[in-house]
Amino acid sequence: MPATRHGAKRLHGLRQILLSSHIVSGTAGAGQSRSYSTALNYHLDSPDNNPKMKWEFSTTNMERVKEILSHYPSNYKQSAVIPLLDLAQQQHGGWLPVSAMNEIARVIEVAPIRVYEVATFYSMFNRTKVGKYHLLVCGTTPCMIRGSRDIEDALLKHLGVKRNEVTKDGLFSVGEMECMEDVTPKRVVEIVEMLRRGEAPPDGTQNPNRIRSGPQGGNTTLLSEPKPPPCRDLDAC
Amino acid sequence: MGFLQALRRARPLLRSNFTRSRIASQWISSTTDLRNPEAAAAAAAEPAPAVPPRNPVGGARIEFANPDDAMEVFVDGYPVKIPKGMTVLQACEVAGVDIPRFCYHSRLSIAGNCRMCLVEVEKSPKPVASCAMPALPGMKIKTNTPIAKKAREGVMEFLLMNHPLDCPICDQGGECDLQDQSMAFGSDRGRFTEMKRSVVDKNLGPLVKTVMTRCIQCTRCVRFATEIAGVQDLGMLGRGSGEEIGTYVENIMTSELSGNVIDICPVGALTSKPFAFKARNWELKGTESIDVTDAVGSNIRIDSRGPEVMRILPRLNEDINEEWISDKTRFCYDGLKRQRLNDPMVRDRDGRFKSVSWRDALSIVAEIAHQVKPNEIVGIAGQLSDAESMIALKDFVNRMGSNNLLCEGNGLSPQADIRGSFLLNSSIAGLEKADLFLIIGSQPRVEAPMVNARIRKAVRASQAKVAYIGPSTDFNYDIEHIGTGPRALIDIAEGRHPFCSAILSAKKPAIIVGAGIFGRKDKDAIITTVETIAKLGGVVRPDWNGLNVLLLNAAQAAALDLGLVSGPECISSAKFVYLMGADDINLDGLPRDAFVLYQGHHGDKGVYRANVIFPSAAFSEKEGTYENTEGCPQWTVPAVPTVGDARDDWKIVRALSEVAGVCLPYDSLAAVRSRMSVVAPNLLNVDERETSTVSQGLKPEFRRELSMSPFGVAVENFYMTDSITRASKIMAQCSSTFSKK
Ligand code: SF4
Ligand code: FES
Ligand code: FES
Repeated sequence: MPATRHGAKRLHGLRQILLSSHIVSGTAGAGQSRSYSTALNYHLDSPDNNPKMKWEFSTTNMERVKEILSHYPSNYKQSAVIPLLDLAQQQHGGWLPVSAMNEIARVIEVAPIRVYEVATFYSMFNRTKVGKYHLLVCGTTPCMIRGSRDIEDALLKHLGVKRNEVTKDGLFSVGEMECMEDVTPKRVVEIVEMLRRGEAPPDGTQNPNRIRSGPQGGNTTLLSEPKPPPCRDLDAC
Repeated sequence: MGFLQALRRARPLLRSNFTRSRIASQWISSTTDLRNPEAAAAAAAEPAPAVPPRNPVGGARIEFANPDDAMEVFVDGYPVKIPKGMTVLQACEVAGVDIPRFCYHSRLSIAGNCRMCLVEVEKSPKPVASCAMPALPGMKIKTNTPIAKKAREGVMEFLLMNHPLDCPICDQGGECDLQDQSMAFGSDRGRFTEMKRSVVDKNLGPLVKTVMTRCIQCTRCVRFATEIAGVQDLGMLGRGSGEEIGTYVENIMTSELSGNVIDICPVGALTSKPFAFKARNWELKGTESIDVTDAVGSNIRIDSRGPEVMRILPRLNEDINEEWISDKTRFCYDGLKRQRLNDPMVRDRDGRFKSVSWRDALSIVAEIAHQVKPNEIVGIAGQLSDAESMIALKDFVNRMGSNNLLCEGNGLSPQADIRGSFLLNSSIAGLEKADLFLIIGSQPRVEAPMVNARIRKAVRASQAKVAYIGPSTDFNYDIEHIGTGPRALIDIAEGRHPFCSAILSAKKPAIIVGAGIFGRKDKDAIITTVETIAKLGGVVRPDWNGLNVLLLNAAQAAALDLGLVSGPECISSAKFVYLMGADDINLDGLPRDAFVLYQGHHGDKGVYRANVIFPSAAFSEKEGTYENTEGCPQWTVPAVPTVGDARDDWKIVRALSEVAGVCLPYDSLAAVRSRMSVVAPNLLNVDERETSTVSQGLKPEFRRELSMSPFGVAVENFYMTDSITRASKIMAQCSSTFSKK
């Protein structure tokens, strides 16, 4: 008897959770109950991203490639995979088409899948087209508590796109990642408009009450020189 | 009364128990010991628990390459001697403790990413992953402590968090490592109430079915593909809970070994597509048998339900196929159900086949056999024939007065006097030790995938060099393509080729000659040239025989041993041809009025020309001896009943001989085998490889001209090489999918 009651209670609880999450996502319009910061882990052919496309490092970048490769012993060329992916991404407007990854695999003499593995691991390698400004909202718990979802909603609404989608003018896209900034829904729209106008928003925190990454309203800890660790008092010993 | 007696008998036991516990309690309460902990520890260690010796798990073998390298570790207090460099997990195996695991596989590199193998090691602050931790001398490993148990339970709970728990609809159910281990370490409920992750299924081709949501990211499949199969298609994509196995770009796994990922996947993420939803493994009867689709003789288990072969799995044989089999071996089984010949049939005047009784069929054939001249009788053994039926065929044809006996694929005037001239002399396992390969006119990847896997293993382990002479073809390791025809051979034999120095400096060079050259007119000259190279390079020495011939078909070696050594020339003058499962022999030269008897299990190429058909049993339905390319005879075991009115091949020959009035003197399998032992005694030493002792120098030298035409391709389509595979739908699917690429 207690067991069944326990089970029923649990089921009820689960239902509550499901229901509430449905309502929340319904109002927020995200339509997703569990989301990841990373995009798809597989490639879908599209006109601007398919293995048949030819992709090469530009002549100036080829110099850079040579220079990067020279950092590693010739039998460990694969160590250059991350710098080369970065270089390719910079060359290709902030994202990596599959043919660029294939080209890198050719350069460092590994199977393409080994490059895909690295590129999919790091969320800063974008494997689908992104806007000129790729806006990333933090998805971690602390930021969620501090309202990051609202910020994202504001962004998505203002730009009229879904997550990982690019605006029609190719200027903006919104993605998710781990904490970088501190903004408010209002401020985020302002920043977008600044970008649209071609202005550069101030770097660092966007909260006027914060200095760099310090807490709002000034530091509460570490107000003086930190004490040295006790065992490092060399004079004493 | 009985109870009292039992009590009395048990009393001494009780008393001793009591005394011991009293000692124990005294020991615990003694204060002197507390004051002197070392002595106490010594005292505690002194009555070393008399642990009974245990058997290593799964027959784990240990070899001490160097006796100084031995060290002792303690597993649950039980001391074991292991060689240096073993991991903690291996040490536990030697000590007879089975450690639960998912990602560790003894034939793959160590990944250490599932954490299921956690054990406690004394003085280590945390449980350690035993598969990745090297054992150190004197290590005290504890596998059954609460810490180890809790660690495993924790890992199991994490693994099940994202697992769909769909065992009832999962093909792996019943043979699933995750299922088994969750019975031991899993809880009946989880604490995770969030949504489970789900993963898009991947298309890996017509053989491997994927349900990627079940994947536990052990990366065994990735490591298998990269390390053993040598195809770098699979990878681990993404990170964290979004991590998944995939190919990123749509890419089917093009490997002749891809089916093995089904076996190594510990869960139901990769399962067999043709077997999907067909049967549960506990309904199946396993029969340990031998594969006949190539000359390797891979050890297999035929799983059958009633009269139907449901699937084929590999069986461990370190000397032949380790624990892998090729896709052809694994998936040809549906060919055993299609296009089978059920009844004896006779072609009537308008060219149609009509079923007749065995009695009629036999008497028709016997009558015709007597109408032709003795030397117009030709017996041809097919590539799937077992040794028993070949000796029966030989005896029958001999008794009819003819000596025209050949076996498909053995080519012109086969040389069978010296066994070493047609066998893989270094043995399949021995190829691992070679440090240089010269492959001549052979495409091992399609001719014998298991041999190719060994070569690849040698290449990976010791950077062995491989040179290849023949038409350009696919290899899954680096080769040096040094020519397409005999020209390169002559260059090497005459010391002009740059490769010569490599042969000379190699410690254990291996030459592999493909059976494809058997069909060439200049075969003997090629062999002589190869032998010259072997002599120059010291390939054949008392301690190492690296001169190998890689045969193509399961029947070839036994046929040569039994002396079925005529050339196909005799076909042009034949009037009575006995095709025993021979479908691939070229019958173009056969006179139009010749009578063809086809005895076989499939309505394949051979029946087009046949006048009479005798239905016989396939390898899965009969007991037979097959000698593989390295000269190791093995037995098949009947797994399922024969279809229709089919009979074992040797029995049919025996019956025909009686009707024809030349009765063969055996009517049991044992009697056939004892007859076999007269001709080729080695065929009776099952599972033992008899090496050839005769030295090569005894052979006559051939000075025939070498033709300069390049070597050909022996196997055009890996998936369709014999009557069984040609009847198989799965194989047809494979060849259409993979040949497109
Ligand atoms: S598919 Fe199977 S073998 Fe591959 S990583 Fe997943 S669980 Fe392991
Ligand atoms: S078996 Fe050791 S971590 Fe997987
Ligand atoms: S039964 Fe274990 S994954 Fe299906």
